[in-house]
Amino acid sequence: MAIPTEIPTTFLLGRLDWNAVPQDPIVWAAGVVVAIGGAAVLWMLHKHRLWGWLWREWFTSVDHKKIGIMYIVLALVMFVRGFADALMMRLQQVLAFNGSEGYLNAHHYDQVFTAHGVIMIFFVAMPFVTGLMNYLVPLQIGARDVSFPFLNNLSFWMTVGGAALTMMSLFVGEFAQTGWLAFPPLSGIGYSPYVGVDYYIWGLQIAGVGTTLSGINLLVTIVKMRAPGMTMMRMPIFTWTALCTNVLIVATFPVLTATLVLLTLDRYVGTNFFTNDLGGNAMMYVNLIWIWGHPEVYILILPLFGVYSEVVATFTGKRLFGYASMVYATVCITILSYLVWLHHFFTMGSGASVNSFFGITTMIISVPTGAKIFNWLFTMYRSRIRFELPMMWTIAFMLTFVIGGMTGVLLAVPPADFVLHNSLFLVAHFHNVIIGGVLFGLFAAINYWWPKAFGFRLDVFWGKVSFWFWVVGFWTAFAPLYILGLMGVTRRMRVFDDPGLQIWFGIAAFGAVLIAIGIGAMFVQFGVSIRRRDRLRDETGDPWDGRTLEWATSSPPPDYNFAFTPVSHGLDTWWDMKRHGQTRPKAPYRPIHMPRNTGSGVVIAGLATVCGFALVWYIWWLAVLSFAGLVIGAVLHTFDYARDYHIPAEDIRATEAVRDRQLAAHPLARGA
Amino acid sequence: MVWLLPVMFLAGCKAVVLAPSGDIAARQAELLVQSTLLMLIIIVPVMALTVWFAWRYRAANRRASYAPDWDHSTKLELVIWAIPLLIIVCLGALTWVGTHLLDPYRPLDRIDAETPVGAADPLPVQVVALDWKWLFVYPEQGVASVNELAVPVDRPVRFTLTSASVMNAFYIPAMAGMIYAMPGMQTTLHGVFNDEGTYQGLASHYSGAGFSGMRFKARALDDAGFDAWVAQAAAGNETLDRARYLELAQPSQSVPPMTFAQVDPELFQRVVNRCVEQGRMCMAEMMALDAQGGLGLAGIANVALLADPDARGTARPVLGLPPFQVTGICSVDEQAAMLASAAPLVKAPRDLSPMRGRGLAAPQGILGQRPDPDVLTRTVPRDDAEQNL
Repeated sequence: MAIPTEIPTTFLLGRLDWNAVPQDPIVWAAGVVVAIGGAAVLWMLHKHRLWGWLWREWFTSVDHKKIGIMYIVLALVMFVRGFADALMMRLQQVLAFNGSEGYLNAHHYDQVFTAHGVIMIFFVAMPFVTGLMNYLVPLQIGARDVSFPFLNNLSFWMTVGGAALTMMSLFVGEFAQTGWLAFPPLSGIGYSPYVGVDYYIWGLQIAGVGTTLSGINLLVTIVKMRAPGMTMMRMPIFTWTALCTNVLIVATFPVLTATLVLLTLDRYVGTNFFTNDLGGNAMMYVNLIWIWGHPEVYILILPLFGVYSEVVATFTGKRLFGYASMVYATVCITILSYLVWLHHFFTMGSGASVNSFFGITTMIISVPTGAKIFNWLFTMYRSRIRFELPMMWTIAFMLTFVIGGMTGVLLAVPPADFVLHNSLFLVAHFHNVIIGGVLFGLFAAINYWWPKAFGFRLDVFWGKVSFWFWVVGFWTAFAPLYILGLMGVTRRMRVFDDPGLQIWFGIAAFGAVLIAIGIGAMFVQFGVSIRRRDRLRDETGDPWDGRTLEWATSSPPPDYNFAFTPVSHGLDTWWDMKRHGQTRPKAPYRPIHMPRNTGSGVVIAGLATVCGFALVWYIWWLAVLSFAGLVIGAVLHTFDYARDYHIPAEDIRATEAVRDRQLAAHPLARGA
Repeated sequence: MVWLLPVMFLAGCKAVVLAPSGDIAARQAELLVQSTLLMLIIIVPVMALTVWFAWRYRAANRRASYAPDWDHSTKLELVIWAIPLLIIVCLGALTWVGTHLLDPYRPLDRIDAETPVGAADPLPVQVVALDWKWLFVYPEQGVASVNELAVPVDRPVRFTLTSASVMNAFYIPAMAGMIYAMPGMQTTLHGVFNDEGTYQGLASHYSGAGFSGMRFKARALDDAGFDAWVAQAAAGNETLDRARYLELAQPSQSVPPMTFAQVDPELFQRVVNRCVEQGRMCMAEMMALDAQGGLGLAGIANVALLADPDARGTARPVLGLPPFQVTGICSVDEQAAMLASAAPLVKAPRDLSPMRGRGLAAPQGILGQRPDPDVLTRTVPRDDAEQNL
């Protein structure tokens, strides 16, 4: 589809008309698949009369555990989309040789790589990490929910809204063709006049509101809601990394928001912040977006460092080596992550002194990161390692991530970066750390905490199939990219003229297929485990002999998490309790004060999404109405005083009695 | 990268980044290998220890010792912070020196490892990234080419780069690292070819639909070959003046190489200053005016609608004014003088003594560096003018 140049706008529909439907059989096929899948899901929901249940128990829920699970479901759904984009790119690059144009035209291919980056970072990695923090942080600090439960629900639905807008661009209009950070002037109205960049902007802005609010929420939760006795230096390492991540989120996402607002003004009202003429400066955008973008990398990886720490300590049956230095390393990384952004554009000509400064600060980050690796290593020293799936992912991470870290430090040497920047070596590097670090960690986390969330373990056989296909597939897919980078091949190319390169792209594409099998095996693992859940059932609530407080609860934990607020007397609180033979506190149960579910979050986020859609298409009346509705909805919500309720003591007694019976059946297990 | 080398040689592929044909790229590759080796000092033991510990302390191995409460050792922690730190100190020193030595703005001090640079000035080449092809202007030879670069072997080349539309990056892997080419801005890259041959040059920063086809052949010729190439170009009959340039700047993809026998000598400065179109005020002029306090209210009247509002890069924002330009107010002579004075923008070569060890020029620091007044806008503020900050 050519980019429509002259679009007539009407009052009713703005610039939305039949031209907005992409004239592309691949998109139609995708549309048919999505429509069939969607219809099947809707029919299943209808047939099993699940609508009311879904609305009451999940969509309107303010329970941090349910919201956490919904975040991860969103991430998995978007992961499938993002990975489909990756497969399309690999296929295009392996075909487009010897004069062939491949099967994607530039307009389509450029959207595919932009969407891949945007979706994988904003709508896969971010919701995954946020979901994990949401689920675990209150449990680990012995709290009953987050500080602002309604805000949590709203944050989730805003993220969904952003994701929905991004998905919509596939079938209505187009997505940005700018690369995932939409550098102007290319993303300006002059060079990208149609809706692609507008979808990008509003998708990210709406999701960004959710991310910022969720950052504030978790930050306050960690600071204010820890159980008595849990001082900062007794917090589980995962909570520490979550704290640092949320500090980063709160401090950097406003920069992203402001930068995108400036770009929006350039595009909608003709200001000249980042334009070529009349005093605009596109380099300012590049600086601003990376001042957000580099800390973002640490927002993604830090919580996973926390996951690895928890997993290593649990499966080695040993205290984490160097807890204090682990905390200091995390804080060091948090601070240093603000001082390195320029390494993303050494080649922009800043001069040798500036480049050296940012190169060296970047290298310094590898010191605390290295310390972390050593701490995990020495936790394994003189331990008893149980090679369950989470531990396997952790070992795979350690072996993969150090290579990614090394190529990262290499790229931080400016003269080396001058020959490797924007090359496939760079692409291989950041996939090496994001897949080897973030994604492997998320898989470790899923396998580790699934029994907590659902009360049964995941099937080991299919987990191992997934593991091996992923690890082998990853190296098969990305080692060729390292090599291609050293052959001077740069990223985002659609066609190639050197036939000698094709074999490497062929190997990379084969690796992507292996990864696809790994992903498939993971979904099979979920399906098989759900079918055999009775055999995989864990009634103790502590299947791995865990160390932190979440393992003190039943699996899944009751709505109120803890019938009595636990008291921490040391690091690894739950391990401590088990060791000292602490028994479960019993009656008298008191009613527990809990937040009530509300549909306001869904409504407000829905209106925000409609508003975003209207702004993309210049449907002004709808934008004004939905924005007014959004404000009124938020105001009305503040007058809703029926926001809480008490769980009666009898209900708690009944729930706890069930738990008592479960534990009695497992004499070795204890519960809090 | 060392671990990849055997694989690559087995496969018989040419890793141009590791085995380039120009001194700058070769030194960059050298630094790349040195840094990798330095880091392998720590990476290899860590990977080996990971595997060894994982195997030795597996739960099934009951002979291995087990110390569930051992979680701290000051000595060990000192070591695990100190060793990476030491390596980073070494790497940092390497980086500081290497970055200054191989700064793309720094004129070359040697042709290759044996030959210091001679008396000859570097060959200036002006590079403009267009949608989607590369324009090369040879100001000394008075010729220009599109998507074909020819330079003499063993003579330093000084590229000055800009872009006509969006950000781009200029990269000849065999010659030197890449540098961005950006609209309204000028960057510089120094490089040299040591071996004759034809090399791949490309755009390495995504710039829109025709990006993939934005490649060119970089030909390193001996002196006679280069002279012949220039003579051949000069024998053509096409002239690259402002009108022809605007025509050339229209988007086009996978453009075959072409040459121009004559070039408007002001053209590159006009591209950088975004005043190729008739009547547009050059950025240099605008900045000079602003430095003197601006035009005040009179400036509002000094604008005109674009001659071609549909040109790529201009569009009317839905809630904004139609795109407009500021009209130049310099006379023709003044403008010519201004653009001529802008030509020596590249400063005289700095101290070329080898930057090694004690020979390394003292770092100027980021904060202490005084801004170098732009030649174009260096004007003495009048006492009576209100300073436009």
